[in-house]
Amino acid sequence: MNSLIMTSLEQGLIFGILAMGVLITYKILDIADLSVEGTFPFGAFIFAKFISIGINPIISTLLAFFFGTLAGLSTAILFTKLRIKPLLSGILTMTILYSVNLKTNGKANVPLFSYSSVYDLGTTVVILIVLVLIIKIALDEFFKTEIGYLLIATGDNESLVRSLGKNSNRYKVLGLMLANGLVALSGALMAQIQGFVDITMGSSIIVVALASIIIGDTIGKRSNRIKNTTRAILGAIIYKLIGGIAIDLGLEPSDLKAVSAIIVIVFLSYNNFFADLIDFKKIKGGEKYAKNKKTIKELQ
Amino acid sequence: MLRIKKLSKSFNKDTDNELKIFNGFNLEIEKNKCTAIIGPNGCGKSTLLNLIGGSIKADKGQIILNGRDITNFKEDERAIYIGRVYQNPSIGVAPSLTILENMALADKKGEKFTLRRLIKRDNIDKYREILKDLDLGLENKLHTKVKFLSGGQRQSLSLIMAAMKHPDLLLLDEHTAALDPKTSNVVMQKTKELIEKYSITTMMISHNMKDAIEHSDRIIMLDKGKIILDKKSIDVTENQLIKIYREKLENVA
Repeated sequence: MNSLIMTSLEQGLIFGILAMGVLITYKILDIADLSVEGTFPFGAFIFAKFISIGINPIISTLLAFFFGTLAGLSTAILFTKLRIKPLLSGILTMTILYSVNLKTNGKANVPLFSYSSVYDLGTTVVILIVLVLIIKIALDEFFKTEIGYLLIATGDNESLVRSLGKNSNRYKVLGLMLANGLVALSGALMAQIQGFVDITMGSSIIVVALASIIIGDTIGKRSNRIKNTTRAILGAIIYKLIGGIAIDLGLEPSDLKAVSAIIVIVFLSYNNFFADLIDFKKIKGGEKYAKNKKTIKELQ
Repeated sequence: MLRIKKLSKSFNKDTDNELKIFNGFNLEIEKNKCTAIIGPNGCGKSTLLNLIGGSIKADKGQIILNGRDITNFKEDERAIYIGRVYQNPSIGVAPSLTILENMALADKKGEKFTLRRLIKRDNIDKYREILKDLDLGLENKLHTKVKFLSGGQRQSLSLIMAAMKHPDLLLLDEHTAALDPKTSNVVMQKTKELIEKYSITTMMISHNMKDAIEHSDRIIMLDKGKIILDKKSIDVTENQLIKIYREKLENVA
């Protein structure tokens, strides 16, 4: 049981980075970016490529981030310059990346056991916690800067950004690059922890990311104090723990994906319909509660 | 001063539905004055503001603002010199950001955005003072998200945000039309005070004749893309305008 919790925590932290990336596109820019399905394994394959030619694991991991930003740039160009719908732009990039991923190392599965990894530097979980905290703090700080606020405003109201004399497309490009960089980074970290890279490792990763974000959103729902990034990280860890426990209790690993999708459906529909119903019931009104029982006509 | 020279614009060009809105349209707007643009629906009021603001492109002609030819400027490039308030109070603000964050963004309009912090402690008092002048109590709600404000409060904030950097030109596109009559009066009054205080050249579209006369220096009535009346506001009465309006509308019918 202990090792289960440890594995879930480690993988949850890695998925926390993934979730922070998707947070930028899905929550802040309000774009459904499916290219992450390709960028997650892309980061892993890029890492495998560089580590196998003798590059240091830290630099290989950073290169995975860098190449991820390029994938984000590709999606961004498709929809800002070529005016293809964002959803389709993401799917197109993801499709291109599938072939690129296979080409990178010439095969669909690369074992990494014989190479060193960033986890060789110390205790895996400590390294991950430090890394996740650095990224979280950097992102939080970035969203307090002038450029960071323009990125938020672009997702909130593009016409305001234009009225400030700024081209809102630039901030979409920036957001997508940052998001895909983080997703690729988390792919590279995942590859190192599991000891291999596989072409299928990105499939339905977007659902994992969304599930993490959505679960995170329910933590202290009414509180403004908890930052989006914190929620994403906690959401990812909880998601992994729930998944780990479910498998431990006898859930077929192959059913986990469907269960994740159902979690997303339940939470989204809850937010869309039932949250309002519950709020509605809480509003107390009518003659019973009114202090002033005069009708409007009498008041006039 | 704004100078529009021989402006032409058609919609659905080269089709059976071609609609020529402007054909060689000329107009000069004096500096530091408020000009009201009135006219029946479809006369070209909004199109004119869109052409000046840059959200649609003219087919021909020139637009010169304070000696600068802005004809080929994109919308975001023009926005550095032009402030704009729309009918919909949500267009001019970022609803999920706070009043303070919105003010700080507007304060950077036209400047370079960097990796420095947007909210600077020293500026908070400045924003509070500006909002205090509005007299709507917004100065005490700096940390409230704009989406929780009423339509009138939001529109007043949009107005401040569009005007606070003293743009060369302020475009008001029926900016009180979506508000209830009482709020509309308040916002209109605030508009007048703000324009006078900052002495901003303003163009205002309105369907309310009374507002147009009371709050402007000059009235221009458009019909089918042509100026059919151009007078000082003190020289016209509401009844006169309504009479011309009715005649035009009857012609349409």
